[in-house]
Amino acid sequence: MAINYTDIEKLAELARIQLNDATIAETTQSIADVLSLVDRLNAIDTKNVDPMAHPTDAIQCLRSDNVTEVNQREAFQVIAPCTKNGLYLVPKVID
Amino acid sequence: MEWETVIGLEVHAQLATKSKIFSGSSTTFGAEPNIQASALDLAMPGTLPTPNEEAFRYAIMFGLAIGAKIAKTSVFERKNYFYPDLPKGYQTTQLEKPIVGSGKIEIELSSGAKKTIRIHHAHLEEDAGKSLHEDFEDMTGVDLNRAGTPLIEIVSEPDISNAEEAIAFAKKLHSIVTSLGICDGEMSQGSMRFDVNISIRRPGEDLGTRTETKNLNSFKFMEDAISMEVERQIYLIEDGEKIIQETRLYNGDTKESRSLRSKEEANDYRYFPCPDLLPVVIEDDYIEKIRKSLPELPDARYHRFIQQYELSAYDASILSSDRAIGQYFETAVKTSGDIKLTVNWILGGLSARLNDANLLINLSPVKAEQLAGMIFRIHDGTISGKMAKQVFDAMWSGDGDADTIIKARGLKQVSDDKAIEVLVNEVLAGNPTQVSEFCKAEETKRSKMLGYFVGQIMKASKGQANPKQVNDILLQKLNGLP
Repeated sequence: MAINYTDIEKLAELARIQLNDATIAETTQSIADVLSLVDRLNAIDTKNVDPMAHPTDAIQCLRSDNVTEVNQREAFQVIAPCTKNGLYLVPKVID
Repeated sequence: MEWETVIGLEVHAQLATKSKIFSGSSTTFGAEPNIQASALDLAMPGTLPTPNEEAFRYAIMFGLAIGAKIAKTSVFERKNYFYPDLPKGYQTTQLEKPIVGSGKIEIELSSGAKKTIRIHHAHLEEDAGKSLHEDFEDMTGVDLNRAGTPLIEIVSEPDISNAEEAIAFAKKLHSIVTSLGICDGEMSQGSMRFDVNISIRRPGEDLGTRTETKNLNSFKFMEDAISMEVERQIYLIEDGEKIIQETRLYNGDTKESRSLRSKEEANDYRYFPCPDLLPVVIEDDYIEKIRKSLPELPDARYHRFIQQYELSAYDASILSSDRAIGQYFETAVKTSGDIKLTVNWILGGLSARLNDANLLINLSPVKAEQLAGMIFRIHDGTISGKMAKQVFDAMWSGDGDADTIIKARGLKQVSDDKAIEVLVNEVLAGNPTQVSEFCKAEETKRSKMLGYFVGQIMKASKGQANPKQVNDILLQKLNGLP
């Protein structure tokens, strides 16, 4: 699978990471290297193998429906850059 | 040329669990901002999710109710996108292996025709927080109380052909989830939200490009938004333009819709299985146990109400649509002594008051037993319909049961023939002119004149005489005159 400069540019945009031209070129190369490894793995025939959702064979434990958390808003909001009336404030976002 | 509308719905229903899907935070609606947002809900580093069993049980109940196959193994995935009310930067949801497979729902249309709408699948996921854009200059307020509230997203096939079918489908879903007790169905609080996918085509052609109108939270808005979007698409195509695949937002207040974002540029959620969560395995025994304990579904209740209480199809459909209303009706009718009056009071006076107060029926200040007690007193002639309204108001304000109020306010209706006869005689004797005019009047004019006497008698009784008896005795007297 080939990956090019534009792919990395788009992924960076989606991931909200700011990359300069040089870094995009460098990143394109290193991700291309990783993908060549994936290509080698792809050579293996997996027709009769179910894809795994997780590397271990374990299954998920569920919890019963109880409220166990208490209000710790004050403690959490100490590290927030900006709060008002209990709300976290962020730079204005409009869809 | 004719256009054909193709509609598919995606419905988000908040599950009525006490705690969130992955954390032990409360899900109570209307709490102060961020007091129900724990470290996990805030996506603090080092936190790990543990799924809520009840959310799975509810999703399975829904699946069984629509005849769907329940996945023995279901997997959570990450849907990646950036938004301040989604602190992790991804929504934990299901994509490849959802808990509920394909099923179907039957809807009934106003013509009486029935139609089956197929459900593609339903999956479990977490709700996002809420962004408040209005109140702060240049800033957006974020409340994460809702973040992590369990949702099932129900995805229909594009089997819906117009707004009427879409509304019928949405109402049926609402009725199913509330009957199962897995969602409170409070649309004004966002407990159920509808996304509508709409495209148009010429009959026989392939599907056209669709748009998605998001977050419709009332049946009326849904109807308006569909009509408007269909018109918009027809107008564009007939004008030689193309439909862009995009998400649109409908504003119910201004009755306008606008483009929210074009899916072409940003629809890349980069889903992948969530490494923090293992596959969830559901055993057959567990599913069977749930199947056996499923509550009565709306269709079954509807038919039972018609048969057992001889309700009209219309009354039965309203009373059976919601489990709480059905329960209220059945509790009341047990002791009220009068089915028709009970139906009228629940769908009339009570519903109107609940609507005004924005209350669900299970939170009604007048309990089913109390309403029944009042109806029983109308039924046995103790109070008139007019007095009942007073009694109802007093019960609503917490003054106690009907009998207590009737006694305390001396509301008893006079139903004693002799006592009424005395009143009738008094009024007739006091109005000799009107009586002689009545006797001379033609038959057609008499009923109007009769009203005058009834009014006088009721006044004399201070509103307490039984109106039907007053009428009967009055007629008897007047007809007996020469």
